[in-house]
Amino acid sequence: MNDFQRLVERERQLAQERGASPAAAGDTARGTFAAPRELNPAPAEAPHMRLESWREPADDMEYLNDIRIPSLATLRREPAAGGKNPAARREGKPRQLAAVGLRKSYRKGSVEIPVLRGVDLEVGTGEFVAIVGQSGCGKSTLLHLLGTLDAPDSGEVRFENQRIDNRPARARDHLRNEKFGMIFQFYHLLPELTTLENVLMPLMIRQSFLGYRVQRKKHVAAASGLLELVGLAHRLKHKPRELSGGEMQRAAIARALITQPQVLLADEPTGNLDHSTGQEILKILRTLNHDRNLTIVMVTHDLGIAQQADRIVRLAEGRVVRQ
Amino acid sequence: MYKQLLCWRYLRTRWIAIASIISVTLGVATMIVVNSVMSGFSHEMQKRMRGIYADLLVEAQSMDGMHDARWHKEQIRQIAGDQIEAMSATVVVPAMLSYRAGASGQWINRQINFIGVEEDSVGAVSDFGKYLQHPANREQLRFALRDGGYDLRDHNAGPDSPERPGMDKAGWGWRRFWAQRQKEVEELRAKTNPPIATADAAPTAAPNAANPNAAEPAANQPPPAEAALPVDPFQAHLPLPEQVFDPAKEQYAGVVLGMSLVSFRGHDGADHLAALPGDDVKITFPTAGSPPKGVSDTFTIVDYYESKMSEYDSSVVFVPIQKLQEMRGMIDPSTHVANVNAIQIKLKDASQSIAVRDKLRKAFPPELYGVYTWRDKQSTLLDAVEMETAVLNILLFMIIAVAGFGILAIFFMIVVEKTKDIGILKSLGASARGIMAIFLGYGLSLGLVGCGAGLIIGLLFVHYINSIKTVLEWVTGRRVFDPAVYYFQQIPTIIQPWTVAWIVVGALVIAVLASVLPARRAARLHPVKALRYE
Repeated sequence: MNDFQRLVERERQLAQERGASPAAAGDTARGTFAAPRELNPAPAEAPHMRLESWREPADDMEYLNDIRIPSLATLRREPAAGGKNPAARREGKPRQLAAVGLRKSYRKGSVEIPVLRGVDLEVGTGEFVAIVGQSGCGKSTLLHLLGTLDAPDSGEVRFENQRIDNRPARARDHLRNEKFGMIFQFYHLLPELTTLENVLMPLMIRQSFLGYRVQRKKHVAAASGLLELVGLAHRLKHKPRELSGGEMQRAAIARALITQPQVLLADEPTGNLDHSTGQEILKILRTLNHDRNLTIVMVTHDLGIAQQADRIVRLAEGRVVRQ
Repeated sequence: MYKQLLCWRYLRTRWIAIASIISVTLGVATMIVVNSVMSGFSHEMQKRMRGIYADLLVEAQSMDGMHDARWHKEQIRQIAGDQIEAMSATVVVPAMLSYRAGASGQWINRQINFIGVEEDSVGAVSDFGKYLQHPANREQLRFALRDGGYDLRDHNAGPDSPERPGMDKAGWGWRRFWAQRQKEVEELRAKTNPPIATADAAPTAAPNAANPNAAEPAANQPPPAEAALPVDPFQAHLPLPEQVFDPAKEQYAGVVLGMSLVSFRGHDGADHLAALPGDDVKITFPTAGSPPKGVSDTFTIVDYYESKMSEYDSSVVFVPIQKLQEMRGMIDPSTHVANVNAIQIKLKDASQSIAVRDKLRKAFPPELYGVYTWRDKQSTLLDAVEMETAVLNILLFMIIAVAGFGILAIFFMIVVEKTKDIGILKSLGASARGIMAIFLGYGLSLGLVGCGAGLIIGLLFVHYINSIKTVLEWVTGRRVFDPAVYYFQQIPTIIQPWTVAWIVVGALVIAVLASVLPARRAARLHPVKALRYE
């Protein structure tokens, strides 16, 4: 019995628990990783947040010009696979990240609030998946569970067919450092450090003082290259408070990429940006996904953003909803 | 690597934390200064006490003393002979010193300890010789008046100490000068007022003194009745009454006076002497036997003794032991064997003093003999200084402990402020241990900065303490460290490296301990909750 069969079996069991028919459960399970994007209702003018109104969109557009797409090729880990059709690209890709029957609830005093009630999700290598849903439906929690920042109450998180959610803390720390890159709605850069230092932070965490010192030049070159890639070559020595929202998010992307991760987990990466800046960020993500075959799991409540992913997974009431 | 970088950045950007360790700095600096001064003080004091006392002292419990010093020395030598370097017998009696103060010509009586010492061996058992004022006496004590050449200033305090007025004239010259003057006064009086008795001459002679600062030895010239000492009836040689005493050529038995008995230190730090070597004094003391009778005799000051222990300097008068034994009647008339009160012992290895003391205590019955080390004799004072230092240290360490709580509070604030950063670091793969290390390292760095600053300030303060004292005196207009009180011209300091090291390590430990709780809290923060924290 391979993993997939096991997954289906488990799904069936879960469905029985829920009182649904086995066949329907099987469909649900399949549906989680094969939701065709055509089925997504995609409003062309999706509402987006304009929190970064202090910066003119025209300004941000200039940085777009700085993104030199050809340079991506030099940093590419493996050649892009598949054609232009995202669905076609995904097919035949090995499963890289999976959630199996994830349940998670939070306690508020004595009341237990369930957030995830059995989420199943599979993400193939090089796939760009958008998770959408209303706020409070557990998107971010799911992403945190996938990134091992939090542990599920039950269920499994699997990475390259290895269960990772129950690994010891140190192993999970290493996994986050080496295999996953994360970006957040509020960028989460360290205010005391410059852009360059922020980007270098995962490498500093990975290596000891001496080890880092020895390879510092190499690392700085890599970090500068990545910042150049996201269009921040002129902002290396600036502190986060001197950057605009779009710039901070681009720095965060560079930081997430410095360790050459296999999966990028993005939690509302455009949620705090105006429309055009958000589109720039998304463009960078798409380029990375395309050119470097980077697996991206993006959480967003903005369908307009989500539509640009290969696949949309919709969460509602702590479950994956089939579209 | 990130730990060091973040530590450094937090150190540079969180000035409130720097402020929180100023108390550590002050605590460390104060502790270094206090400990240096206290140990300088106690070292100086112990040095002086060492100078006064021999390593060991075997005392007779009775004031009449133990019989036959030679036999006792023999016994001691049998018990601990290989460890003994020198021994010297002493006789000690409480006595009364009388001398005439220069300006008023008034008799001044002071209570003293009259100590008979062996001229030859007293210098060998303690630093006795070092504290005398005549260079030749420092080499070898003699109870004969010197011609002159007494030190003009305190030779132990160095060339900067103020000059002592009158010391340049001290010696035989001074004695001859006063004898001559007295003779002239006598002759003049004999011419003008023949019937007046000699004994009444003294008070009238005093106002005529040319030098108001000096005593008048001539006035002390004993009347014939006093010259005949009330000696032991069995004593062999009585001084012949027809012998005429010539003060210009002869002296009485020599005594070495404690400096403070006749000198008074003014607020300028200079000593004013009320009598000089060459002057005569009277001493009254009890005889041996029961009940003791008081006897009095005239002595000539031959030198001053200044150990800088004011309690000691203001109470001792040294005299040749035989003279005292004779006058007190401590010599057995049939055997000519004398009693002594105590035997001072110098050991080859001073660190063995307690072992030797215990050995001797076993041999000598405690109801008759007391055996002490010099520390035992001065234990109250030494213990007091030690306790004072300990209490001060405890109090000052409290200051650093209080600073520790300040660090604790501010660290909690910083951890709360940095909650999101901690979440970010964890999401980037930083371990709980790494997060803890950041804050522990931060605490340690703060401690290092605080201790380093405290160390530098403290050492500089100790180094320039006397200049600081001068400045403070100039600013406040009052004496900060009065030499009249402490008998030190300079504040003595000793920097003990180990003490300093302990202070610094202690302060560092407190800084680190204070950061443990906040660091643990930071390490235990849940990454998701930390990231969501606003």
